[in-house]
Amino acid sequence: MKSDYKGIWVFAEQENGKLHQTVLELLAKSKELQKHNGEKITAVLLGADVAALADTLFAYGADAVLLAESEALREYSARPYQKVLTELAEKYKPSIILYGATPLGRDLAPRMMVALDTGLTADAIDLGFDEDGVFYQTTPGYGGKILAHIVILERRPQMATVHPQICEPLEPVNGAKGELLVENLAVEGDAEYEVLETLPAEKSGESLTEAKVVVAGGRGVKNEDDLTMLRELAELLGGQIASSRPLVDNGMLPHDRQIGQSGTTVTPQLMFNIAISGSVQYQLGMQKAKCIVAINQSEDAPIYDIAHIGAVVDYKKLIPALIAEIKARRQ
Amino acid sequence: MKILVFVKQVPDTDDVQLDPKTGNLRRDGVKSMMNPMDANAIEAALQLKEKHGGSVVVVTMGLPMATEVQKKALGMGCDEAFLLSDRPFGGADTLATSYTLAKAAEKIGDFDLLLFGRLATDGDTAQTGPAVAAQLGIPQISLASSIEVRDGWVYCDRDLGDRVQRVRAKLPAVVTVNGGINKPRYATPINIMRAQKKPRTTWTAADLGCDMTKIGTPGSPSSTKKVFEPEKRNTDTQYLTGSPDEMAKALADLLEAEHLL
Repeated sequence: MKSDYKGIWVFAEQENGKLHQTVLELLAKSKELQKHNGEKITAVLLGADVAALADTLFAYGADAVLLAESEALREYSARPYQKVLTELAEKYKPSIILYGATPLGRDLAPRMMVALDTGLTADAIDLGFDEDGVFYQTTPGYGGKILAHIVILERRPQMATVHPQICEPLEPVNGAKGELLVENLAVEGDAEYEVLETLPAEKSGESLTEAKVVVAGGRGVKNEDDLTMLRELAELLGGQIASSRPLVDNGMLPHDRQIGQSGTTVTPQLMFNIAISGSVQYQLGMQKAKCIVAINQSEDAPIYDIAHIGAVVDYKKLIPALIAEIKARRQ
Repeated sequence: MKILVFVKQVPDTDDVQLDPKTGNLRRDGVKSMMNPMDANAIEAALQLKEKHGGSVVVVTMGLPMATEVQKKALGMGCDEAFLLSDRPFGGADTLATSYTLAKAAEKIGDFDLLLFGRLATDGDTAQTGPAVAAQLGIPQISLASSIEVRDGWVYCDRDLGDRVQRVRAKLPAVVTVNGGINKPRYATPINIMRAQKKPRTTWTAADLGCDMTKIGTPGSPSSTKKVFEPEKRNTDTQYLTGSPDEMAKALADLLEAEHLL
């Protein structure tokens, strides 16, 4: 019975005893949901030697913390985590389970979908209850021209992975207390999966997230010569080259250069968007840039909805002129 | 070694139109293509076959027109292709899809490795690979940026953004690969023609012995309740005018005024 399921669960992703930032965001979002359905917010914390994190979870809005500790859960691996979380969900029957759309969350949640035989919405950019009182998850569809409300009508729990940074964590209430539920479950490590080592990523340039200036190219950038023009502008401005999805899909740039929902989020002072139409997914990755410049021949491109400066022109004419102009001014 | 690669046909454009009356996707005139990261998965499989021997089998669920994607896969060098196509498969979300694909994997049998692209460009869910692993109860490695097989284990680097995790999983296992893992070979027209002789099989829900409540719309817990256009934000865009040279000067002026040059 649907009505047997009550409570909002937040999967409290942690690594090496440190909570992932999205957990705090999900707790804040859960508070909004709670205003509508009045259900208890429980943070579900799996790991080893992580009990101390419960206070942080209470401070950021959890009514309860469900704690399952085991040596087998110290380091994440999919099957032991799936087993424990499934047992807990079957015992407590929450109506909603939220996961951060992080590499770990997106590894675990699809397995939970199968284990609990329920629905899972991927990488939601908003959550709420609609006019019929139905819990919905918003996702961009069809290349981002359209948003969709996804619903899980009959099965429970209703699950979603939620895009990072869609809301701000609440102000922590230090010393806040809640209900601590400790579960002692027998779980073994996965003998068929092993993390051998973890290394810092090799980057193809300076980190995009720190860049003060970003020059991004899109579908209209057709070849290496076009890209070289963009690189020259980026270099001149002390910035980084980046792109929307097509240039990564076709292999012109590596994945760490992709801006957007399935790439990196950037917050530069100056953001050039060259031959980029500006789908919802792309805008999620750059809308907080301080000065947004859009250059696109199509005047109804969605990027102009958020651009501060627009130029409806062929970038192959404008960019060389701009490079020459900047060079001239610096002489 | 027997490798199954799961391949999806997706629209060849971001510029998909909606029917304003029905809210449905307009499919007429929309070209389709192989999901780009699935081509990376095929390339990874072919390289493993070149090194270790065995066979590469490509599995696609979709409309009968998805045979185009199969032909490309066979032209790249895959040995055999299965198409799961049947009206009751329609409307599947990732749960129903993962059930159907797992049934096909079981029917093909004897697999060592199941490869997927990290995500498909039409739905962006990245859920199908891990969900198939869960259906089969086997381990998975998502986000792989390298792949090797040794002594019954698959070894991968996982790209986690700020770090790289080196992991291994015992075969049989699911691996989902990133676009950067390799450069897919080109299926030349002559190879596609030669591949016509390779075996291609279409399976229906009955062929797979599917529980009809677990496929298509009945097997899909999630559904779309409404679609709508994103809210327009009211940023006052200052448009540059004139010739490109005039625009460049005006732009440089604006950026200079903001101390951005």
